[in-house]
Amino acid sequence: MDSFPHRHLLGIKGLTEPEITYLLDKADAAVNISRQREKKTSTLRGLTQINLFFEASTRTQSSFELAGKRLGADVMNMSVGNSSVKKGETLIDTAMTLNAMHPDVLVVRHSSAGAAALLAQKVSCAVVNAGDGQHEHPTQALLDALTIRRAKGKLSRIIVAICGDVLHSRVARSNILLLNAMGARVRVVAPATLLPNGIAQMGAEVYHSMEEGLKDADVVMMLRLQRERMSGAFVPSVREYFRYFGLDAEKLKAAKEDALVMHPGPMNRGVEIASEIADGPQSVIEQQVEMGVAVRMAVMETLLVSQNQGPRA
Amino acid sequence: MTRPTVINNVRIIDPSQNLDETGTIVIEDGRIAAAGSGARNQGVPDGAEVVDGSGLVAAPGLVDARVFVGEPGAEHRETIESASRAAAAGGITSFIMMPDTDPVIDDIALVEYVLKTARDKALVHVHPAAALTKGLAGTEMTEFGLLREAGAVAFTNGRHAMHDAQVLRRAMTYAREFSAVIALETRDKHLGAGGVMNEGLLASWLGLSGTPREAEVIPLERDLRLATLTRAAYHAAQISVPESADAMRVARSRGANATCGISINHLTLNENDIGEYRTFFKLSPPLRGEDDRTAMVQALADGTIDIIVSSHDPQDVDTKRLPFAEAADGAIGLETMLAAALRLHHSSEVSLMRLFDAMSTRPAKIFGLDAGTLRSGAVADLVLIDLDEPWIAAKDGFVSRSKNTPFEDARFTGRAVQTYVAGKRVHAAQR
Repeated sequence: MDSFPHRHLLGIKGLTEPEITYLLDKADAAVNISRQREKKTSTLRGLTQINLFFEASTRTQSSFELAGKRLGADVMNMSVGNSSVKKGETLIDTAMTLNAMHPDVLVVRHSSAGAAALLAQKVSCAVVNAGDGQHEHPTQALLDALTIRRAKGKLSRIIVAICGDVLHSRVARSNILLLNAMGARVRVVAPATLLPNGIAQMGAEVYHSMEEGLKDADVVMMLRLQRERMSGAFVPSVREYFRYFGLDAEKLKAAKEDALVMHPGPMNRGVEIASEIADGPQSVIEQQVEMGVAVRMAVMETLLVSQNQGPRA
Repeated sequence: MTRPTVINNVRIIDPSQNLDETGTIVIEDGRIAAAGSGARNQGVPDGAEVVDGSGLVAAPGLVDARVFVGEPGAEHRETIESASRAAAAGGITSFIMMPDTDPVIDDIALVEYVLKTARDKALVHVHPAAALTKGLAGTEMTEFGLLREAGAVAFTNGRHAMHDAQVLRRAMTYAREFSAVIALETRDKHLGAGGVMNEGLLASWLGLSGTPREAEVIPLERDLRLATLTRAAYHAAQISVPESADAMRVARSRGANATCGISINHLTLNENDIGEYRTFFKLSPPLRGEDDRTAMVQALADGTIDIIVSSHDPQDVDTKRLPFAEAADGAIGLETMLAAALRLHHSSEVSLMRLFDAMSTRPAKIFGLDAGTLRSGAVADLVLIDLDEPWIAAKDGFVSRSKNTPFEDARFTGRAVQTYVAGKRVHAAQR
């Protein structure tokens, strides 16, 4: 495959195995750019990238910003408060306003599922979904895949256990889609209150015990549990959650000896993951951050350069 | 180690084995060594005490799944120790203690406190039920996993019904993985609001506001649907009208893992007993009509209603010597549950086998207790009963610290003569 047929990156859904491999290969090459002393290229010189974040984000926004800058684009950050009364209206109004400024790519994060897709219908540039509600976060799944592929050499037939608040997680949905597309075996491990309805039909084996769910896993991917969800609404308390679902040395023993420990961040130490594990030898949490920049460079370059040679979809 | 005991010539009724035969029970090291006709003439262990059981029935010790105790917080009404003595006197060898205490039993430290107090002071086995929601407030679930590990046998909101279906659904979903039984009262907050007795003609004449049967049935049907959806183990703590029994049948046919109980009061008393505003008959759910009562006895006999509970709820003059509408709900029952249940035997409405099943074997099974059987090897919890002894429940004869019994001066036929807990005799009636 030598081109990428999509105009936007709105989700992992709809991407084929060769398309994902194409992005990962490109990202692999982009890793080296960030490791050089001279990190700036001219690939996107003269192009404008606008980061439109309706939801607060530190790492994703800065990762996209760095990715754009390292490719030579002009990057503008728009942080829009989420307090606007009518979000639907605000979203489209903001999009139309920005569209009039002729950006080449819009990176969007929004608290509502489907927001990026809605925006993509209204603007004339490429749109990258940086997280829409509890729906998808495709660049996170790509950076996770890149991290795994670089460590394990492959994605097919590996066992990935995604643990924690799957119900509210866009990261989990994108990862389930991507890992299935690449032939990995996906498990989810969580209390039943933190799993979406029909999870067993979404391409994941369901476990309610860490010991069983982590058995022989190659990758243990922890998810963040939001504070407001840990005091009785979905789980009774931090102490009980950590006791049964927090990743500590004891529970990690069930996984393969060389299993990777991942977390999309930001972590709640002592809630879903023990500090000794987050900082331990199996943790690749920092590599995930590094791969994040590379993956976003690859995505931006693919949408803005490569696709111009190929047919648009 | 307690002395071995041999009980001879006793009629043994054990629903766990569907056994009803005359024979011998041998108790050694606190366990049943043998029980049945086959245990006759097997010799007597060294130093054993031999009891003549002629004319008596031996059954597995009763298991009462719904008991309120005042400890901690209202020890003047009942302590764990005094409740255990009352239980022993009534042939009850295990009871489940409701979490409606002050403070509420919603934390592992309190579960441990109850178990420690019971170990030190109680004559019978005391199993704490933990609060389903923090402070019984109905909004945030408690630590089911940790509480289970600490020894809580069930989760309940006690006297408080659950009103928020969303909270209940999540609690049921979460509880399932910890194999925790959720036992609930069903009482609609609004429909039953202000009701102090069964809705109907009698309430109208007495000028008291009524609680309609729908106030029980509607939330029960909701709970049963959620139990089916979540596949949780659900127990309706006290049902009082035949429509509720119908709802149980329907839910089970749909695959719900659901059981239910009824208080002994609702099987043996009715709204007419309230007479002129007698507050000892003020209960929740309220005593219903006589037709309801007979239908519920039938539902118990056919097994639709799984278990009988005492709903022992000690109250004192401060809470009962008040105008009817202002008085607290509840009645004591540990000492009279067996005798009142035997009325259903004497009237030939329910078999002894079914009665002991409903008061021992079934509740032990539902709540996962090591009780309710006389199989060899089982913990020797048993009760010896004289089915035909007449007695009067005189007020000053009660062991319980509270005296709010609806059976004051009632005439009974049959009572617990001796009660054994783990092979030790904890009650012997004066005869």
